[in-house]
Amino acid sequence: MKQINSKEEYQQYVDQKTPNSPILKNCFNSFWVGGLICAIGQIIFEICKTRGIDETLSYTIVSIILIFISAFLTALNLFNKIGKFAGAGSLIPITGFANSIVSPAMEYKSEGYVMGVGAKMFTVAGPVLVYGISSSIIVGIIYLIFNTQSITLI
Amino acid sequence: MKKIGNQTYVLSKPVNILSTACIVGPKEKDGPLNAYFDQCLEDEFWGENSWEKAESKIIKETVNMAIAKSKIASSAIDFCFAGDLLNQCISSSFGLRESNLPFFGIFGACSTFGEALTLGSITIDGDFATNVVCAASSHFCSAEKQFRFPLELGNQRTPSSQWTVTGSGSAVLSKDGEGPYITALTPGKIVDMGIKDANNMGAAMAGAAQDTLLCHFKDTGRKPSYYDAIFTGDLGHIGKDILIDLMDSKGYNIRANYNDCGVLIFDKDAQDTHAGGSGCGCSASVFCGYISHMFKEGKYKKILLMPTGALMNSTTSQQGESIPGIAHAVSIEAQFPTDLQS
Repeated sequence: MKQINSKEEYQQYVDQKTPNSPILKNCFNSFWVGGLICAIGQIIFEICKTRGIDETLSYTIVSIILIFISAFLTALNLFNKIGKFAGAGSLIPITGFANSIVSPAMEYKSEGYVMGVGAKMFTVAGPVLVYGISSSIIVGIIYLIFNTQSITLI
Repeated sequence: MKKIGNQTYVLSKPVNILSTACIVGPKEKDGPLNAYFDQCLEDEFWGENSWEKAESKIIKETVNMAIAKSKIASSAIDFCFAGDLLNQCISSSFGLRESNLPFFGIFGACSTFGEALTLGSITIDGDFATNVVCAASSHFCSAEKQFRFPLELGNQRTPSSQWTVTGSGSAVLSKDGEGPYITALTPGKIVDMGIKDANNMGAAMAGAAQDTLLCHFKDTGRKPSYYDAIFTGDLGHIGKDILIDLMDSKGYNIRANYNDCGVLIFDKDAQDTHAGGSGCGCSASVFCGYISHMFKEGKYKKILLMPTGALMNSTTSQQGESIPGIAHAVSIEAQFPTDLQS
């Protein structure tokens, strides 16, 4: 091997030495697990519909059930295994959001209910909320501007 | 004590490793070195209600076990050098608060055990102490909590990430005894190779390991083949390969007798530990378990132990700082050597 004389050369050498994540395998697993979670949501929705529940309420019921399942599996030490296997597939749907709130709540319980659970519960989900809500406000403002000038986007 | 070359110190009197003890967690129990540990825990809590308390209990019991094995009274121990990874070294100070020993809490990240052995040897060699106890610990769960994400979070680890060892190792050093002896020390300098990826600690620390190892060989005039084995602390699979390459480029072939404690402690494929073990407890428990055992059996007569550390915290990573590394080399031999005394 040739001599390494600078930090840049070392970084290049390390990049070539370090194995990459198995992207194809990860994408495939996240695709089918993510799809499966959405399919389960759709099944719950269809069941609600056949029982005569109106659409808006059915969507809420789907979210509640999926959030409950995800939180329950997190508490049973199972969701992290699914997450390790499926990556974004279980992270992107509402299941991942529930997991990101329940897991720090469990982790920081030892520091008490106020400064532990209460303060640390949103350490992982916090950024998602901040930027999710912020971007929805920006999009809302843009919509409002175009809408008031009677240019209908939707 | 005598300084030779740039930064190597030869001890003038033998510093004995009187006894060693180690306690590890359940994952380490399932690993290939299982038979060499003094005690393996069934679960990570060990009857406590937090991981921090569990880690404190591990280091406390390990130190007690090492002192009990050494057969000297704990009142005869002059100093204790111990450290860990948690903020303000609380595992060591909380674990050892009832030990009634004069205590120095030290931090060298995962190189802490090397630092403890170095400081302990210097203290004994300088006639400031007769008996010293050294210890280091780490805990997978408390380290994940402090440095990464909650355990139950469903995320994926990168292939270069390492698995913090749950465990502790402790050694009693003494002026008197029949070896193995600590014979030479090469304390490491801080070396920053510019690596910023906190998931690739092996690459960040390999430069420091190379620096200390080269210094040790140049200062002592020894060749890699002088030692039966050379161990780094927790470079893991990637860092180990990098160190072999780096040493190659400087004209030293260490392939034949070099290994890494983080590589040895887990079975990478069966245990899904990616690049291998890490943490203060990694080199401490592998040395106090496996390597001491090999000395007792006479399979090793001369080894170089070089615990490696990544000197960073989660704030510096988030601020985009690079990761400085350090490595302290400790030469341990069954006989007091003659090659360095002239």
